[in-house]
Amino acid sequence: MGLRRAIVLFALMEVTWSLSVTTIGPKTVSTDASAHPEPAEENTEQKEAAEEDVMATGELNPNHYPAQRAAKVVQHYLNLRHGSPYKLFGLKEVHSGNAEEVADSGRKYQLEISVHEIISNTKEKCSAEVFFPSGAKQLSPQVQVSSCEEILKLDAKSEEEALYQQYKTNKTVRTEKRLPDSYGHIDPEMTPFWHLSIVASSFIMLKESTENTLYNMAQVANITQLATENDQLKFDCHVLLHDMVSQEIPQWKLLFTWSPAEGVKVLHTEQLPHVHESEKQAKPN
Amino acid sequence: MMKKLVVFAALLVAVLSKEDFHGHQVFRIVPKDDVQLALVRVMEDILDLELDFWRWVTPVDVRVPSHSLQVVKSYMERHSIKYFTMIKDLQALLDEERRQMKSAAPAGNTDSFDYTNYHTLSQIYSFQDMLVAENPKLVSKTVIGHSVEGRPLNVLKFSTGGSNRPAIWIDTGIHAREWVTQASGIVFAKKIVTEYGTDSVLTEILNRMDIFLEMVVNPDGYHFTHTNNRMWRKNRKQNQDSSCVGVDLNRNWNAGFGGRGSSNNPCTETYHGTRAHSEPEVKSIVKFVRSHGNIKAFISIHSYSQMLLYPYGYTRKPAKDQAELDQVAQKAVTALASLYGTNYRYGSIIKTIYQSSGGSIDWTYNKGIKYSYTFELRDTGHFGFILPANQIVPTANETWLALKVIMDHTLKNPY
Repeated sequence: MGLRRAIVLFALMEVTWSLSVTTIGPKTVSTDASAHPEPAEENTEQKEAAEEDVMATGELNPNHYPAQRAAKVVQHYLNLRHGSPYKLFGLKEVHSGNAEEVADSGRKYQLEISVHEIISNTKEKCSAEVFFPSGAKQLSPQVQVSSCEEILKLDAKSEEEALYQQYKTNKTVRTEKRLPDSYGHIDPEMTPFWHLSIVASSFIMLKESTENTLYNMAQVANITQLATENDQLKFDCHVLLHDMVSQEIPQWKLLFTWSPAEGVKVLHTEQLPHVHESEKQAKPN
Repeated sequence: MMKKLVVFAALLVAVLSKEDFHGHQVFRIVPKDDVQLALVRVMEDILDLELDFWRWVTPVDVRVPSHSLQVVKSYMERHSIKYFTMIKDLQALLDEERRQMKSAAPAGNTDSFDYTNYHTLSQIYSFQDMLVAENPKLVSKTVIGHSVEGRPLNVLKFSTGGSNRPAIWIDTGIHAREWVTQASGIVFAKKIVTEYGTDSVLTEILNRMDIFLEMVVNPDGYHFTHTNNRMWRKNRKQNQDSSCVGVDLNRNWNAGFGGRGSSNNPCTETYHGTRAHSEPEVKSIVKFVRSHGNIKAFISIHSYSQMLLYPYGYTRKPAKDQAELDQVAQKAVTALASLYGTNYRYGSIIKTIYQSSGGSIDWTYNKGIKYSYTFELRDTGHFGFILPANQIVPTANETWLALKVIMDHTLKNPY
């Protein structure tokens, strides 16, 4: 349905909801006899909530969340495309942003941002466009980046080759601890694999991003190297993501390959069921 | 677990035999078939290598003395036998484990306390008692209530006298997984007692106002992040009619309670609870603030995102003091950035981060506490909740500069 109709419908729902809050409110008080129900404050605010669903359009405040969320999507795109065990991108700043409706198909953001390559600590200004498609089926956002060439050309080839050779022939990786551990510590030998997991996670984070999410990778539960017949390195990892907006910690298993020449290619993903702490608890970390 | 068993065994050996394991490494060898396994076992017969096999079946674990490392590595490389280094320096690991066991014993005083590390709940509570004992004229502790699981909710009061002076409230650790906040709370406490008498701004503030600091608003949750789940956020309320545990303590306040920006599903991270102030951790602060009656600034500290936020979260209606709050916020983040260049954004909650209802500072602001602020500390997502311990002190120090700006403004603008 058209966006306008959706808003009107939503506004109606909001009003209905707020009415039901004022009438039902006192009855939802718990049976705790010592409790004094707190007076419901400012229920007229609920009607205003309808307007909050109208997405910001036009010139955006670069420090407010709409531009920031769109810019984060660019970070995931850059990491997926250009990230490696020795190259990782972070969003440094949003300088300006603009959003517009694209006739019944979605919303497009134009952004001027600063991106930084974390390991070499270099910064560059980039222009980017992020398109969030609308519709019932959740499609991934589409990203285009321009004027960002320097930072993408940064060379980590020798470190990447050395790592690749080591783990192609002799060594194999299998984590004993989470990356990082609870105290933020990562064994230096495992750091490149933490970076690789961030890159692989970017595949999911990009795919799942909407205007109502803000993803970061929270922790790697484990990563294991698997054998391959070809010249790629292959890994199976279990990652914990964090969505700032819902505050949830979605967990995913990822199967991916990497080589200096091909970069990261994600072969298979699986979202793990939401284990919410009832009494059976996964092993302690 | 396996590693702990393995290390314990090594420790036992070390203690009994008084051997030195400097430079010894432990390899985990992954032979791909019996042929490779046989090749590995051949090495045991070469006595000069002095290999010590900890595990004989695949994967094979072996302690390799430093003088044999090169030979063993070349041998495995030559036969394309896969392995990885499980322990890089056994002696270093043993020393570290010994150190950790020693540091699990509490520090004797707040000068020997390790501010550069994350601590358990009991270590934090011990710290509080030590601080009070060392500074009885300046610091006192009050228990304002008890958590769901019965833990005391401790508030430190920093005061140079007077009676019910106008006060500043600071809280950390309302969300369990935001470890840099509780850790920063410890640093703030130490800074107050250290800087009183030496820092002119802090001294002026304490000469006329009191400071209240609740370091662990959510002790049950914090304990749970140590024992079970590092990513736990809520308290540990057993929700009725649900197998899901916990209420989001920063959605439980009576300001837009139950509105958009919180959830009525107990299985979600932003579940607001059965009614406003249903949670003892929140109720006790509400009671404290009400009965004190003279709190002039209320600052809740969270992580991560690097932001300084003011009301509102539950509505787009601007706070009536928005212009002033914004101005003070700008000054505060400038002071914060002056130390290490850490960049903070600032603004109202609802515009800067997201809509959230039932939050603490919206309630305190509506109760007339004008200088109500929320911090989101380091970082912006690279480490997120699991900020490396070596960033605790820099984070706390830069944040302290921002806090002093807010406290100073509160002092100089009585209302």
